[in-house]
Amino acid sequence: MISARSRGLMAAKMLMKGTAARMGVMKRVSLVFKAKANRALDKMEDPRETLDYSYQRQLELLTKVRRGVADVATSRKRVELQMNQLQQQSNKLEDQARKALGMGREDLARGALERKSSAQGQLNDLQAQYAQLQGEEEKLTVASQRLQSKVDAFRTRKETIKATYTAAEAQTRINEAFTGISEEMGDVGMAIQRAEDKTAQMQARAGAIDELMASGALDDAVGGSNRDDIQNELDMMSASSDVESELSRLKGEITASAPKQLEGGANGSSQEAQSAQAPQGQAQPASIPAADRPAEPQDGEG
Amino acid sequence: MIVRISGEGQFSIDDAATAELNRLDSELEAAVNRNDEAAFTAALRGLLDQVRAQGSPLPSDTLEPSDLILPPEDASMDEVREMLTEEGLIPG
Repeated sequence: MISARSRGLMAAKMLMKGTAARMGVMKRVSLVFKAKANRALDKMEDPRETLDYSYQRQLELLTKVRRGVADVATSRKRVELQMNQLQQQSNKLEDQARKALGMGREDLARGALERKSSAQGQLNDLQAQYAQLQGEEEKLTVASQRLQSKVDAFRTRKETIKATYTAAEAQTRINEAFTGISEEMGDVGMAIQRAEDKTAQMQARAGAIDELMASGALDDAVGGSNRDDIQNELDMMSASSDVESELSRLKGEITASAPKQLEGGANGSSQEAQSAQAPQGQAQPASIPAADRPAEPQDGEG
Repeated sequence: MIVRISGEGQFSIDDAATAELNRLDSELEAAVNRNDEAAFTAALRGLLDQVRAQGSPLPSDTLEPSDLILPPEDASMDEVREMLTEEGLIPG
């Protein structure tokens, strides 16, 4: 107890001196960690009780860090989903630009490409965030594995200490184990906190992008006009071009079938010419039997 | 000597390498005091690179406290200032 308390005081004194006299960032940070560990140690009546209490907290922290990994993964997947949506939007806009150009509407194509560039900008932003979240997820995963091994080591050490030493004898060993694990716990706790902060920022951002996409504002971020007006115009143009192509198809059909249908009631001169040819053509088969007829009596005679 | 890079793990470092670490650490501290973010980032990266290059990682099941603790690589100057106070970033 005494040694823990005096060490805590010493750390605190060094910390205060450190801010006055220069002792470097590295040392000061390590003293902050130690001071926290020592304060926690000082609260314990029985040093062996410290071990069990600390072990409980370690298990809680393990749960927390694993939940942290899952939370970051959820955020990452959400960003991934948004990236896919934006990519689709960007592809659609490029497709629209291509169609508009095909119809000779460069103005529409330009509008579509401007929106595509805006969607692409959002996409690049999200890609950077995605990479950050991936980094946090990896860091937390490694931290959780490291904490797990330390917690396992601590449990072994704790059982050994309890079985081997009296409370008084155990003090130094308990302090060592406790300070070591407590530094790790502080570090993991800080990593969770940072990941949570980053995830919260990203979720706020993701929420804003979701809203933007739902409202259609991303579609006309540059155009400043109604949602999907490019698509509307393209649809109209494509609808009217459909009508045109239907018309010419029908015209084609009519032209192709004209000779047969108009055969009887021919009015035009060309149709007269056609109908004049037709009887000739039809007359030929009739003329053949006619030509054959004189042969019949010959056959009959022979 | 044992040095921890926050969020990364602990390294064992030969005492001979500490002179260079201390020099970089002074630069880091001076940058924080001057409120010079660019110098801070450069000094922090230099420190971490030095620890990674000179140190050998401790096995993950060791329970040894560190002699020195360094902020994580992507820490901002404000975060480091918070780490220097007991009410700051470090939970517990």
